[in-house]
Amino acid sequence: MARRRGFDVTRLPGFATIAILCFVLLYAPIVLLVIFSFNESVSVSEWQGLSLRWYRSALENEQVQAATVRSVVIASAASLIATAAAVGAALATTRTRPWRGQTLAFALVNQPLMVPEVVTAVALLFFFSMIKVATGYTGLWYLIVAHAAFCIPFAYLPVRARLQGMDLTLEQAAADLYATPWQVFRRVTLPQLWPGILAGAMLAFVISLDDVVITEFVKSAGQDTLPTYMLGQLRRAVTPEINAISTALLVVSVVLVMAFFFLSRPRT
Amino acid sequence: MIEIDRVTKVFGAGAEAFRALDAVNVTIRQNEFFTLLGPSGCGKTTLLRVMAGFVDPTEGAVTLEGDDLLRLAPYERPVNTVFQSYALFPHMTVAENIGFGLEMQGRPRDEVRRTVGEMLELVRMSELADRRTSEISGGQQQRVALARALAPRPRVLLLDEPLSALDFKLRKDMQLELKRLQSETGITFIFVTHDQEEALTMSDRIAVMNEGAIRQIGSPRDIYDHPAERFVADFIGDTNFLEAELLSKEEARAEVRLASGAAVTARAAEGGAEAGAVTLAIRPEHADLAPEGEGLLPGRLSDVVYFGTDTHFHVDLDAGGRFVVRRQNTPDRAEARAPGERVAVRFGARVGQVLRD
Ligand SMILES: Nc1ncnc2c1ncn2[C@@H]1O[C@H](COP(=O)(O)OP(=O)(O)OP(=O)(O)O)[C@@H](O)[C@H]1O
Ligand SMILES: [Mg+2]
Repeated sequence: MARRRGFDVTRLPGFATIAILCFVLLYAPIVLLVIFSFNESVSVSEWQGLSLRWYRSALENEQVQAATVRSVVIASAASLIATAAAVGAALATTRTRPWRGQTLAFALVNQPLMVPEVVTAVALLFFFSMIKVATGYTGLWYLIVAHAAFCIPFAYLPVRARLQGMDLTLEQAAADLYATPWQVFRRVTLPQLWPGILAGAMLAFVISLDDVVITEFVKSAGQDTLPTYMLGQLRRAVTPEINAISTALLVVSVVLVMAFFFLSRPRT
Repeated sequence: MIEIDRVTKVFGAGAEAFRALDAVNVTIRQNEFFTLLGPSGCGKTTLLRVMAGFVDPTEGAVTLEGDDLLRLAPYERPVNTVFQSYALFPHMTVAENIGFGLEMQGRPRDEVRRTVGEMLELVRMSELADRRTSEISGGQQQRVALARALAPRPRVLLLDEPLSALDFKLRKDMQLELKRLQSETGITFIFVTHDQEEALTMSDRIAVMNEGAIRQIGSPRDIYDHPAERFVADFIGDTNFLEAELLSKEEARAEVRLASGAAVTARAAEGGAEAGAVTLAIRPEHADLAPEGEGLLPGRLSDVVYFGTDTHFHVDLDAGGRFVVRRQNTPDRAEARAPGERVAVRFGARVGQVLRD
């Protein structure tokens, strides 16, 4: 029996070549980076044998330690704040009667995805320096707030997707069984929303963890995060230590992103 | 007693406005098994949702024992629903599902436990109390949904086609079980279905709906034997429609003349014409065949269809149209009638029903 097929992009001539080329460009550098992070040599480009030397060196580097702690603190606090805000925003855009300006609100929440990051960075630098002058506070909160702001859409989208995929009659059934709106949320909506919330929080964490542009603009002296520290190092002598740190970051990100996909896959 | 007073629901506005309910009036009595019956899209679910509080009517009033229901939020109404899709909470066990309403009412913990136990027994699900709701069969889910809605002892239980997802055998069992639960608990059941047989076997009274309006309310017998309108007669069971002339009418008793010229006494629905051309409805099993020259409507037998339990005789009437007579089969009455034979259709006085339209 002849089967009618739709447009099949994989049958176009050259498809396989282009696809393989893309994958090579994407992953070959990363594979090389990972391999060279285990290099014994002081040179970045010359292989001299397997060793954990640069991992040890990175672990013992006090600047790296401080930057790591700072990165984790910022990413944790920012993703927490962003996720809380995102849950509220997602509820307001899915669980209310349609209200005026709902589409606008949706666009505003997702603004960080649209506006060039460097613009946001300059704007924040300008804004925060005014506050710094006014209050004299120079702590980590500027970075936390800035990170939280651009992480919101990443936390918002999975939560909203989960809410939209949820069966509304479950919430009606709860209301029918004498649950007040707050009880409906706590006992029925929230338990089912958890995977979406966790997924959003993890995505926000990863996004915050590897931000360079906004951090570079907003940070005060001595507030390097891991990525900005690495950037600073590159300007000086490049040591394979960078490879080791990058590989470690890669592992953390991959684990979190895999967990994200696991949590946000549709329920069977 | 639930009183639904001129409830109208219009969805949308302007050119897209759609009248899902059109001035629905009905009074449902305490302890009644009341059924809303009608074709898909006629507004049954919408009417239930108005009572449960998920749809605000555009106009009209709904009262329960005189109290205004529309003023109350869904969670304040002593009305529970068995949803068409069951809507069991997937993150809770069977027992937790059943106890949810009681817990939300703030009942003491041991009372919740006791009532859940009773409910599990009532729907025969005690062994599965700790299962997840995704780990039980469709029929079992249906019973959990029922137990969950019954546990808080609502004054009224709304059931939206609760049996439609079940296979035939289970459906029959659950029909009996629902009847048993209703009489054991004494709760008013408002049951939605588009299955006429289900409605006839289970209900104390039936409201037949079409296009957002209630066409007739009555006991299953009333509705079946004395349909008031063509829609009702057509929707429930099989019916022969005959053109006739109304000679006189006195309350429910009407004298009509058939197209063959024969006169017969029939029942008349309330309202409708006082004289002139009317439609007479006769159920196939309420009529019989007679030798030619004896019955009311002479004609020619065109088809004889054997169905096991009964036989359908199709008669082409001399006056025009076709009439079906259904006769129960018994081994001692294996009379042979062949297509082509001349016969007459007959039916007794007060068997025919003069329709309103
Ligand atoms: N929220 C809504 N917005 C617009 N139209 C609606 C809405 N809800 C229902 N309707 C319309 O109202 C009509 C009645 O719907 P309803 O769900 O009450 O039908 P029903 O009798 O329960 O049908 P079924 O037997 O198929 O469940 C339908 O034509 C439906 O399309
Ligand atoms: Mg329906």
